[in-house]
Amino acid sequence: MTDRALAVVRAGALTTVQDLGRPGHAHLGVPRSGALDRPAADLVNRLTGNPHGAAVLETTLSGCAVRPRSTVTVAVAGAPCRVTVDGRPVAWGAPVRVPAGALLDVGPAVSGVRAYVGISGGIAVEPVLGSRSTDLLSGLGPAPLADGTVLPLGRPTGAPARVDAAPQPAPPAELVLRVTLGPRDDWFTREALRAFVSRSYRVSPASNRIGLRTDGPALERARPGELPSEGVVLGAVQVPPDGRPVVFLADHPTTGGYPVIAVVHTADLAAAAQAVPGTPVRFVAVRRR
Amino acid sequence: MKVLPVGEDALLVEVSSGEEAQALHAELLRRRAEGSLSAREIVPAARTVLLDGLDSPARLAAELAAAELPPAPPRAREAVEIPVRYDGPDLADVAAHWGVPEGEVARIHAETEFRVAFCGFAPGFGYLTGLPPRYDVPRRATPRTAVPAGSVALAGPYTGVYPRSSPGGWQLIGTTDAVLWDHARVPAALLSPGTLVRFVPEAGP
Repeated sequence: MTDRALAVVRAGALTTVQDLGRPGHAHLGVPRSGALDRPAADLVNRLTGNPHGAAVLETTLSGCAVRPRSTVTVAVAGAPCRVTVDGRPVAWGAPVRVPAGALLDVGPAVSGVRAYVGISGGIAVEPVLGSRSTDLLSGLGPAPLADGTVLPLGRPTGAPARVDAAPQPAPPAELVLRVTLGPRDDWFTREALRAFVSRSYRVSPASNRIGLRTDGPALERARPGELPSEGVVLGAVQVPPDGRPVVFLADHPTTGGYPVIAVVHTADLAAAAQAVPGTPVRFVAVRRR
Repeated sequence: MKVLPVGEDALLVEVSSGEEAQALHAELLRRRAEGSLSAREIVPAARTVLLDGLDSPARLAAELAAAELPPAPPRAREAVEIPVRYDGPDLADVAAHWGVPEGEVARIHAETEFRVAFCGFAPGFGYLTGLPPRYDVPRRATPRTAVPAGSVALAGPYTGVYPRSSPGGWQLIGTTDAVLWDHARVPAALLSPGTLVRFVPEAGP
């Protein structure tokens, strides 16, 4: 067996393999998937000398621990956390050399939700429709990590970045999401539209890779009935019958029948990926360019 | 044709029927193939086509709003045949909704030429149209927690085949061994929007 591999010692609450996802297949019912905090995933690839879009690990709240079988360069970014190699603290947000057989421990998130672990060579599981991402809605891609899972690594192609630390945004204390209204804002009452862009919501603990769920004022519809299923984009704010907005994240269904009141700017979705349950959320309407 | 902007780089084009949506979808695919339309995703649905990942959505919106709806595309391609055993647990309920004897459900269903209107719900799950409106059926009042893979099912105006086991509220009328989705196969999906489909009855077990 090749020594370009990584053994999972502690999988954590939910750790998945993620890359840029598999856009272009929505018409077949295949979600886009991919890293939720894209800038953080891009950063760990740059830091480790990987090409853009190499597959990384995405942890959820509790981190993970892995043991590479050969010496690798790793970088951890996204949610701030304590990182150790064989128990010794090492830098977060910078390239770190991990000797063959050493234990890399990515601790629980100090703030934020998702840490990204880039490894030189990238995670080299077999791609599905051009992507190695785990899609939790459809089940495509590798299963979430389990203790004992062994993941193949690719060959490093570039040198690690020569930086001490890379600037990263802090996880949001308040999540401000810029939205453009529509396409189905006409399904809501005037009061609901006003409440949507002026009242405060909170991130619900029921949030996941499929959607950021919110608790807050229920949005009342102006019309009864159902909307025939229609295509839905990343960042769509769908309002199910309970009236609480759901922001669609990477593993969102490709079609849906609940009205989409607005769409969140793509640039704001990385912050949404790092907002812990309970974080206040404000939707700010901006005009289309 | 009504063109609704969606976020920063997408458009939702709304038409008045499923047939119009299929015609529009075919026309948009033709434009993308000839290079006059650049879109990352073209997603047809019941009454709409979503265009996502557009370079200049405002310009395309103006152009589409002024465009004539294209005629329906010719039905040139051969139908995919799906062998089916009409042995589903909801056959009697469907027969009651349709007002026909139970044995007639299979005959009516198998004599219908279906077309994949759109996909969604799960990779490889197609929403097939073709049955006349009088055969619309409601979803089950209580969804099943596990519908077996290969179940042939009805809901509203649609027929669908479950690509894998999942929860579901559709009325189950039969079973197929056809593989609807295999990501190692090219193409992975047996059914994609526009595919013609016929269900071919098999003898029961």
